[in-house]
Amino acid sequence: MTEGAEKKVLSFQDMILTLHAYWSARGCAILQPYDMRVGAGTFHPATTLRSLGPEPWNVAYVQPSRRPTDGRYGENPNRLQHYYQYQVILKPSPADLQEQYLGSLAAIGIDPLLHDIRFVEDDWESPTLGAWGLGWEVWCDGMEVTQFTYFQQMGGFDCKPVAGELTYGLERLAMYIQNVDNVYDLKFSDAVGDVSAVSYGDVFLENERQFSKWNFEVADTDTLFAGFKAAEDECKRAIEAGVPLAAYDQAIEASHLFNLLQARGVISVQERANYMARVRDLAKGSCKAWIDSQSERWTQNYPGWTL
Amino acid sequence: MTDFLLELRSEEIPARMQAGARAELEKLFRAQLSSAGLETGELTIWSTPRRLALIARDLPEATAAVSEELKGPRSSAPPQALEGFLRKTGLRQDQLEDRDGVYFAVIDKPGRATIEVLAEAVPAIVRGFAWPKSMRWGKESASSESLRWVRPLSGIVAIFGEELVPCEIGGIASGFATRGHRFHCPGEITIGSAADYAEKLRACHVIVDHEERQAIIRDGAAKAAADAGLVLVADEGLVIENAGLTEWPVPLLGRFDEAFLEVPPEVIQLTARVNQKYFVVNGADGKLANGFVCTANIDAKDGGAEIVAGNRKVLAARLSDARFFWEQDRKTKLEDHAKKLNRITFHEKLGTVADKVERVAKLARWLVEEGIVTDSPLPFRGGAGGGAFRPDAARTDRPHPNPSPEGEGLSLADQAELAARLAKADLVTEMVGEFPELQGLMGGYYARAEGLPDAVADAIRDHYKPVGQGDDVPTAPATVAVALADKLDTLAAFFAINEKPTGSRDPFALRRAALGIISIIQANELRLSVSMPLAAALATLVGKSSASADRFSFEVGVQQLEAAGVQFSEETVDRLRDVALQNALDRASPIYDQIIQPSIVSIILFLADRLKVQQREAGVRHDLIDAVFALGGEDDLVRLLARVKALQAFMATEDGANLLAGYKRAANILKQAGQDVSSNSRHAELVSASTAGPWTLKQVQGDERLGAADAALFEALDSAEPAASAAVAEERFTDAMAALASLRAPIDAFFDGVMVNDPDEAVRAYRLGLLSRFTGAVHGVADFSKIEG
Repeated sequence: MTEGAEKKVLSFQDMILTLHAYWSARGCAILQPYDMRVGAGTFHPATTLRSLGPEPWNVAYVQPSRRPTDGRYGENPNRLQHYYQYQVILKPSPADLQEQYLGSLAAIGIDPLLHDIRFVEDDWESPTLGAWGLGWEVWCDGMEVTQFTYFQQMGGFDCKPVAGELTYGLERLAMYIQNVDNVYDLKFSDAVGDVSAVSYGDVFLENERQFSKWNFEVADTDTLFAGFKAAEDECKRAIEAGVPLAAYDQAIEASHLFNLLQARGVISVQERANYMARVRDLAKGSCKAWIDSQSERWTQNYPGWTL
Repeated sequence: MTDFLLELRSEEIPARMQAGARAELEKLFRAQLSSAGLETGELTIWSTPRRLALIARDLPEATAAVSEELKGPRSSAPPQALEGFLRKTGLRQDQLEDRDGVYFAVIDKPGRATIEVLAEAVPAIVRGFAWPKSMRWGKESASSESLRWVRPLSGIVAIFGEELVPCEIGGIASGFATRGHRFHCPGEITIGSAADYAEKLRACHVIVDHEERQAIIRDGAAKAAADAGLVLVADEGLVIENAGLTEWPVPLLGRFDEAFLEVPPEVIQLTARVNQKYFVVNGADGKLANGFVCTANIDAKDGGAEIVAGNRKVLAARLSDARFFWEQDRKTKLEDHAKKLNRITFHEKLGTVADKVERVAKLARWLVEEGIVTDSPLPFRGGAGGGAFRPDAARTDRPHPNPSPEGEGLSLADQAELAARLAKADLVTEMVGEFPELQGLMGGYYARAEGLPDAVADAIRDHYKPVGQGDDVPTAPATVAVALADKLDTLAAFFAINEKPTGSRDPFALRRAALGIISIIQANELRLSVSMPLAAALATLVGKSSASADRFSFEVGVQQLEAAGVQFSEETVDRLRDVALQNALDRASPIYDQIIQPSIVSIILFLADRLKVQQREAGVRHDLIDAVFALGGEDDLVRLLARVKALQAFMATEDGANLLAGYKRAANILKQAGQDVSSNSRHAELVSASTAGPWTLKQVQGDERLGAADAALFEALDSAEPAASAAVAEERFTDAMAALASLRAPIDAFFDGVMVNDPDEAVRAYRLGLLSRFTGAVHGVADFSKIEG
């Protein structure tokens, strides 16, 4: 944006549309959210599974993310049990990934000569996915707005080549751009004609109240435990049957049920490590099965590529 | 002579790694050049988040030519020898020199152009660079062999004089071009040579010299504060970190809502520093003020107003979290927080934190009741507290948690026990959950807020101290009792389950605990036999209280120890039961021999090791500590050190050095005669008591086979032995050394004047006995066999 030009502040949805247009113009396939409950955009198979193997893969998508323990019954201006991440995966990581990313910030209205953008060391690790990478949290005037990671391993396997992952915290970014202190005050959409604007609170405040209550107080723990076991068994069956994509769905399911059990406070410290290891085994098993199902094609199309 | 410039440009290098990277670059560069035969003089090494730079000044244009001369066979030697030599040197016969009938090969190695050396050195440096963590990236990372770097390497500038040093690593070729500031000057800039590098970057908003950036931040932050009538709280760690995060640092002052100042200042400072990397400021009154200084990386178009506003908002969110915790935590009394400690596992074999608290409370009280920790500024010096530990000493019916309004009137024992019971309560508070580094400190705040006596609040606050070398060592009596008890319990507990530090592995920070114990004992001159509180701690551990806190529940103790891998015979269990029933423990009880004593021995050895490490810095010789320690039975650290220091002073004298030489000689002779040096032998008995033994002084003097030196040493020992042992008993160690010094002349004269291995068996036996008695006398003061030199 140019100096001095009055530019309309983007609504939440326009910010998403702007990012879609930006990454679409850079060759990304714009995917839709995965239709399962996940804790972060990284769980989408378009990230987890597709970051494995030699094939180029450039996608962007919004992923609704659920973190049951972060629920605050709609009473905290910054914390939500359900929020949105904007996820970009570029494989192999392009040499100008940082510049492309900074371009996206400019596109949504952040001027880097007015605001202090910084790359601060933050190495990423997901114990439940058996994944890690090196990178930064990107600060804008002291606030973390994006997680920027070069994936090194996924499901316990080396990423060859390495994918670059950008995870934008959409609500934080929008609060920043719109200069509001309470997430529920965010302008979700603009008023058009006699259709009035919609706020984030209009859309989600009641969800936060009800889901916080369900997550913390109502959810039946026996059902959750049984669900976890069922997902675990089904994941293993699907791996056996050679359908890793279906297996991975069950790994996601188990992971989310584990998060809910934690929110219900029924998993002790000792058990916690054990459950995380079980989820990791499912995720790793699914990744392994995915690699097994693809590696013939990969080695055919990419001579010299090895696991 | 020509200058060389190297710049390795990279995506943002973590701030904490930059100092190490500079050292690594220097080390590798010097190694590369030195292996090529090039001397490197002064190197300038700089770092920013986006580049490492090196300037080597005054390098020669080429390495020196070397002429190597190899001696070959004689010209008269058989032809095979000559052929072999020619093969080895790669020369023809007519190229050899014949000097007086011997062939010589002279091989001239011409100098190499320095630029060539550099072209090979740069890739070798990059490939050999050791980062704490490194990564792969980009297309190349499809192969496992691709280059690894801390973050993607994006460019190399390598210029020798004004000439490009051509090289390529992982698809990145060297060139003249670099980039300026990410936002102010994103385009390429061309560097001409080492001479214009820093200034060209400066023109492009990059200050490449990290020290200059540090100075800008240090001074700029102080000035920003001063301009607003405030005083910056200096923090060199933050200066360095912010310099590692910026290429064009601009310190900016912001203010936060004054209402947040009700939160303890340490909390504000911590959240500002750790989470946001901000400095905090004090007002004119020296108290924390509602300001902060952040360090931006740009000259913002609006002078930084937006940046300050943004940072203020982030800080406000953090501080309102902190204030929420501060308010929530104070709604519950520490006593009630402490009840939740039974949910926190201290160690799976050692039960919960609540169990530990119980043990520490008893031990803290015991330390006071035994007179080891006293109210007086300098503690009671009469004796080394050594009464039996009574596990039931800390009954719940004693005055405890609910102090009366006149809580200040609590006895020291009550203060210590109460503080110990509450010391860990803050671990379950929200604030410490968020900021674990505030443990202790928050407990102190919460204790004061609920009106507990200052002595108790201080003890809670400071009981983790000393945390490291240089940290304050507690001196307030109640704090000393709790801090010492906590650390003794930690050592005892982990040693009891055989979790001792090995090598660099010390997951439970036992070395730090040991050092803490030593420092507290020294700083307060606590006179105690360390074995006793260790026995007390172990006894409490063995007899961990069950539901009824005042009952010594031995079954629970046995189960715990069995779970911890200690095997009990049925007989042992019976004996343990006896101990449990007696509700008492003394050195005569079997449990002491079987469980407690072995743990104590290994803990004392461990403490001695730590003592050596700690005293090394004070210039105390570790071998002298060994020499005193090897005598055994010494577990009073204050006394031990006094003895070591007297010994060290003695060893610095001529008498000391000569006595040591005499001792070593005596020890050698005794060893050759097959005798143990460290204990008085049969031979020593022959001459030990001047009246009762076979040899008396009179007999020696009257025996014509023996000389004057034989009698003189005998006589000297007769007076030195009792003088030394009396001095030791009365802790007059300098006098003990003086008594030893009196032996120096007689022992020297003895070795000069007599032959120990006399053909006459009786004479030889006498002299061996005398030497044995001599080494024995020396051992009464220190084991000289441990002394080096």
